[in-house]
Amino acid sequence: MDVFGSFALILAFICAVYAFGGGIAAILTRHPLLVKSTRQAGIATCCLIFISTFSLEYLFFSDNFSAAYVVAHSNRALATFYKIAALWAGQEGSLLFWSFLLAIYVFSVLIAYRNKNGELMPYVGVILAGVQIFFLTLNNFVASPFKALAVPGAHGAMDLVARADGNGLTPLLQYPEMVIHPPNLYSGYTGFTIPFAFALAALLARYPGEKWIHLTRKWTMIAWGFQTAGILLGAHWAYAVLGWGGYWGWDPVENASLLPWLTGTAFLHSVMMQEKRGMMKVWNVWLVFTTFLLCITGTFLTRSGVVSSVHAFAQSSIGTWFVGFLAIIFAVCLVAYLKNRDYLKSENQLDAIVSRESSFLFNNLILLVSCIAVLSGTLFPVLSEALSGSKISVGAPFFNKVNIPIGLLLLFLTGVGPLLAWRKTSVESLKRNFAWPLMVGVVAGAIIFLLGYREVYSLICFSLCFFVTATIVMEFYRGAKVIRVRSGASYLTSAIELTMRNTRRYGGYIVHMGMVLIFIGLAGAAFNHDVQKEMQPGSSMQLGKYKLVLQSFDSKPEANYTGLRLNVEVFVNDKPLMMLYPERRIFETNGETGTMVAIYSTLREDLYVVYAGQSPDTKLPVIHAYLNPLVKWIWFGGVIVVFGTLVALLPNRRAVLVLAGAKQPAEEQLVHGMTPSVTYREGHD
Amino acid sequence: MKKQAKFGIGIGVIVVSLCFLAWLGYGESKTYYHTITELQTLRGADLSHRIRVGGTVAPGSIHRFTGRVDFVLEGEGKSLPVSYVGSDPLPDTFIDKSQALVEGRQTDGRFVAEVVQAKCASKYEAAPGGTVATSTSATK
Repeated sequence: MDVFGSFALILAFICAVYAFGGGIAAILTRHPLLVKSTRQAGIATCCLIFISTFSLEYLFFSDNFSAAYVVAHSNRALATFYKIAALWAGQEGSLLFWSFLLAIYVFSVLIAYRNKNGELMPYVGVILAGVQIFFLTLNNFVASPFKALAVPGAHGAMDLVARADGNGLTPLLQYPEMVIHPPNLYSGYTGFTIPFAFALAALLARYPGEKWIHLTRKWTMIAWGFQTAGILLGAHWAYAVLGWGGYWGWDPVENASLLPWLTGTAFLHSVMMQEKRGMMKVWNVWLVFTTFLLCITGTFLTRSGVVSSVHAFAQSSIGTWFVGFLAIIFAVCLVAYLKNRDYLKSENQLDAIVSRESSFLFNNLILLVSCIAVLSGTLFPVLSEALSGSKISVGAPFFNKVNIPIGLLLLFLTGVGPLLAWRKTSVESLKRNFAWPLMVGVVAGAIIFLLGYREVYSLICFSLCFFVTATIVMEFYRGAKVIRVRSGASYLTSAIELTMRNTRRYGGYIVHMGMVLIFIGLAGAAFNHDVQKEMQPGSSMQLGKYKLVLQSFDSKPEANYTGLRLNVEVFVNDKPLMMLYPERRIFETNGETGTMVAIYSTLREDLYVVYAGQSPDTKLPVIHAYLNPLVKWIWFGGVIVVFGTLVALLPNRRAVLVLAGAKQPAEEQLVHGMTPSVTYREGHD
Repeated sequence: MKKQAKFGIGIGVIVVSLCFLAWLGYGESKTYYHTITELQTLRGADLSHRIRVGGTVAPGSIHRFTGRVDFVLEGEGKSLPVSYVGSDPLPDTFIDKSQALVEGRQTDGRFVAEVVQAKCASKYEAAPGGTVATSTSATK
C-alpha cells in the first residue's frame, strides 16, 4: 500500500504538471481539445491525491509498522478515531492532508464550472495546478509520508525493517477536538486558494466586470467559515487541554491562523464596495492576494522553525521551499497587476464621511492594521535580528495593546456600518436608526458601571455589545414587521421568512450577532482570577462564591498511563453543588504527563480546576483553580457565527408571489448571472 | 478635496494612535533572545533586560520545591541553572530531555524564569540495531 500510495502521488504530480503546462498552451492556442484535456488532467490530479491520502490512512488502519510515518504517529492500541487524526499529526502527513483538502476544492471547482465561464476557467485551472504542483513537490520529493522504515545494513545499504508496534500518538493530540480542529483550519487555509485563483485569473484574462467576485463569494465564505471554526476549536482545545486557564496566548502558530482570517474578513466586506459602487478594485485584488500569501505564510511558520513556538513542528529545511513559493506567487501577482492595472480603474469616489463606503473603508483599514501588527509582532525576532543584530521578541502586552482597541472599533463598526446608507447618510436617518440602540448601549454601560465593574475596555465592550445587539434586533424587527403586515404570520415566522428572502444580508447579521457574543466572552477575561493551594484531604479553598473541598485522592493504573485523580467537592453557600475530578496522567512509555482539567461551566463563569502537581516537600496535591467569567459565550458565539455563515450560503427564497412551479435556486442564477432579478435582490445589502 | 482631507485625518489619527499603543506594548514586553553561551558573556545594561533562553532540560535535574522548580538547561555544551518561580503549572511536555524556552531575568549565577514553555523531544526512538533519521513531532 505504501508503494501504491507513493505511486499515486507521483502520478498526481505528473498530471498537475501537464494541467499547468498544457493549460498555458491551451490559453495561447485556444484549442478546445487541449482545454478539455488539461481540465481532465486537473481532475485526475485530484483523484490521484485522494487515492494517495486514502492509502496512507489504510496504512494506519492496517497497523503497518514498516512505514516510518505510521511508526512515528500510531500504535496498535490507538483508537480508530485517532488513527484518522494521526494522518496529520506530523509534518509529512499534514502536508499531504493540505494537498488532499486543496484537491477537494479544486475538484469541486473544475466539476462545477466545467461547461461555464469558458474565458476564465483555463486561467483558473493553470493557477490551481500551479499551487498543487508546489505541494505535490513537497509530498513527493521533500517530505514523503510513504517512506519505509529502514536501518543501515551490513554493506552500507539500508535494510527495510518492520516494528512490532508504533510509538503512538502524542497524548496532547488524543482529544476529540484535535480530530476536528486541524481539518477545519486547513480547510480555511486551502479554501482561500479558490478566490485567489479566480482573482488572479480575472486579472490575467482581463475578465470583464465583477463576475469573479460573484463566482467566488460562496467559496470565500466557505473558507472563512472553516477558518473561523478552526481558530475557535483550536482556542477551545488550548483551554480545555493545556491547563493554563486561557484560550489565546498570541503564540506564533495561533497568530498564523489569525492573519488570513483578518484579511479574509476585510475582503468579505470590501467586495461589497466593488459590487455596489465599482470601487476598491485594486484593493480587493490585493486583499485576496495577501490573504492567500498569508495562508501560505501560516503554513510555512508552523513548519519551518523560523519562529520558535510550542506548537510548531520540529525545525526542518522545508522553510526554503516555502520562501521560494511565496516569492514566486508575489512576483506573479505583482507582474499581473502592473501589466493589467488599467483594468482595475475605480468607477466612483467616496462621497461622504458618514456613509456605508466609509464604514467599510475604516473596517478594512483597522483589520489591516491589526494584521500588520500581529504579523510584525510574530516575526519580530526575525525582523529585529536582521535590522539590529539582536533577536527580540514581543509578548502578549504588545498584541493586546494594539488589538483590544481595534476589536472595539470593529465592534462599533459592526453596529454602525450596516445601517448607514450608501453614498451619504442623512442626519434624519442617523437619528431614526441609532437613537434607540445608542440609548440601550449607554444605559447598559451605566448599569454595568454602577454594579461595580470598572475595567475601562470591558465596560466599553459590554456597552458596544448592547448597542450592536440593539441595531441587529431592530433590523430584524423592522423587516419582519413589513412581512407580518402582509402575511399575518407571527414575528418569528416573519423573521425567518425575511432571513430566507435575503440570506446574504440577514445571514450576515447573524454572523455579526455571533461576533458580539464572542466579544462578550472576551471582555470577561478582564475579571479572571485564580488561586493555587496545597491541599490535604478535608481542607478547602475559596474562589468567588465557590468553596472547593478536597475529599480524597487516588491513583489508578490504566492501559498506557497511570491516572492520579483528585476528588473535589464544590460547595456554593455551603450547599453541595457537584464533584469535580481534575486528573494528572503519567504516561509510562515516555514519562510525559497529561493534565485533565475539570471544568464546571455556566453562562456566568467557568470554574476551572487543575491538578497542578504534588508539593515536593509534603507530597500533597496542589490545586490551581481559576474563575473565568463568561468564557462559554465565546464558544456559543462561534456556533452562531458558523450558523450565520451557513445561512448566508443558502440561496435566497423568492417572494411568495412567485408560482411554486417556477421556483429555482437563486444561488444557481447568481452563479450564472443569467437573470437580472438576481442583481436586484443582491442590491438589498 | 476637503472630503479626502477629512478621510486622511481620520485614517491618520487611527494609525498614529495604534502605533503609539504598539510602541508602549513593545516597551513592556520586549524580550531578548540569547543562547546559554551568550548569557554568560552579557554585561551591564544587557543583563537587566527580560531575556529568553532555549535549551534542553538536563536529565534528572528537575527538582521541585515549594514555590519554585529548579532545573538545568543545556545547550552548546554549556549548562544554565534555572529557577522557575511563575504561578502557572509547568506544561505537561516539560520533562527530562525536552526542549524548553525559559523567559525571565539573569540574577547572579541563576536564571530566574517566570515563563517556561516546553516542546516534547522528537518521538522517534532508535530502531533496534541502529539509528533512524529523526523525524518530526507536533504538539498542535
